[in-house]
Amino acid sequence: MKSGSNLEKVLTAGHFAVTAELGPPAGSDVEFVHAKAELLRGAVDAVNVTDNQTAVVRMSSVAVSALLARMGIEPVMQMVCRDRNRIAMQSDILGASALGIRNLTCLTGDHQAFGNQAGAKKVYDIDSVQLVAMVKRMRDERRLLGSDEELAGTVPMFIGAAANPFAKPYEFRALRLAKKVEAGADYVQTQCVYDVAMFAEWMKAVRDLGVHTKCRILAGVTPLKSAGMTRYMAENVPGIIIPDAIRKRMNDAPKGKGAETGLAICAEIIEQLRGIEGVAGIHIMAIEWEQKVREIVQTAKLLPRPILS
Amino acid sequence: MVKATRKPLEQIFETVKAYRRVLVVGCGGCTSVCLAGGQREAIALADELTTCARAAQVPQQYDSFTVERQCNPEFLEGLEDRADSVDCFLSMACGAGAGLMADAFPAIPMFPALDTMFVGVDLDVGFYEERCRSCGTCLLGDTGGICPVTRCSKGVLNGPCGGTREDGSCELADGIHCAWHDIHERLKVQGRLSQLLIVRPPMEWVDRGPRVLIQKGYEGRYPAAPQKAGSR
Repeated sequence: MKSGSNLEKVLTAGHFAVTAELGPPAGSDVEFVHAKAELLRGAVDAVNVTDNQTAVVRMSSVAVSALLARMGIEPVMQMVCRDRNRIAMQSDILGASALGIRNLTCLTGDHQAFGNQAGAKKVYDIDSVQLVAMVKRMRDERRLLGSDEELAGTVPMFIGAAANPFAKPYEFRALRLAKKVEAGADYVQTQCVYDVAMFAEWMKAVRDLGVHTKCRILAGVTPLKSAGMTRYMAENVPGIIIPDAIRKRMNDAPKGKGAETGLAICAEIIEQLRGIEGVAGIHIMAIEWEQKVREIVQTAKLLPRPILS
Repeated sequence: MVKATRKPLEQIFETVKAYRRVLVVGCGGCTSVCLAGGQREAIALADELTTCARAAQVPQQYDSFTVERQCNPEFLEGLEDRADSVDCFLSMACGAGAGLMADAFPAIPMFPALDTMFVGVDLDVGFYEERCRSCGTCLLGDTGGICPVTRCSKGVLNGPCGGTREDGSCELADGIHCAWHDIHERLKVQGRLSQLLIVRPPMEWVDRGPRVLIQKGYEGRYPAAPQKAGSR
């Protein structure tokens, strides 16, 4: 075991893993975190805590991950390269380790221009591939970046990354994942999948590279709530592709049945993803819709979640 | 070359209106080439400020003088004769030139009339694009001549990130090319895609005060300089 995290155990035991995303509050309300986390307790193997997603200031991912760990719910701390240099990142990784956080997903991060601090100075001292390599070095060699001095204590992190099969240049996307795996990624959580055929094609390229044997691939899903959200995601969110058939189904859903239709589509996508060789689990990004996660997992017949010692 | 643009006239006037004798100092280097701060622009700015002063009934005198390059102390010597009759300088050089002028005349206030924008290229007359962040570690040979430090919105060294759009633009806006998309296309044309498989390590940023550069062959002339912080 590299980290001993529940997620690592579930994947290593060969179970089809389930993770879900929890968006921290844009404020300091602890009860908000507790309430959202309770919605996910027992429904998933680990809970991703986003790091100021879309560059909007929120409670920090370290703090929320620590709150989850204290509740006995396993966090997957997300860390983006936008806001911190290598000093702050390594410091937060050491702190996260001390707080009992055992999974870390390393991301580039949305550009600051999208959020509520558009005048911020970006950092991007290192990029996501370099962050993966840095955490691996801390864990496996117990060394900081550029230092030969041995760290006191261990940094048992299960190291994750993201992959987006739906962004140009398509032919390079499997190779980019291979780079992340070469750098040290143990698992990867993908951009949300709506175009399963395109995802399957990417998975074939991933398998041809043998990457699926070195890294666990969790396919991302995001349930659609309404025709409006579908249109917004399809037209405004870069790197997301929603096929016309799904857009039409969401559009044609009777009034008041949008959410139901979206959840049905989500269940179908999960079913199809489970049939693709090399997919080791799903990652549910129910945006401000955490209350539906348990239902999604239940519908997918993925409950109860395995309890491993 | 360095590209710059003039600050708004009202803002410049507000900055210098308390000084009676103002010398607008143009620069014959980069800011002249990018139509922001050469002789023609210096004369024009002095004229416009004279009009502002008249309208505001402020007793001021504006003159202009253009030096060959403000970023070299030798060219600033021509200003020494005038310094006695000047209450403030208004520099139309880039930030480097303006700063050097302030150093050359430490007793006289200097105000920049330009905002220095970037090291860039001419796309057309009066139309420029940034191409170099002067990082000190040129990667262009590995990236098909497209700079990821400058042209990727996130300065990613192992790109592209997941935000590339369908048309090959950056997640930020349609008009901005995804640098890594372009790098991929360029290297494909050159049959060098294997370059992209290399995991590039973190950059060693040299960020310790002003960087110093001594060209090969000149080291003997400046024996003390290499020890200076920030040199390479």
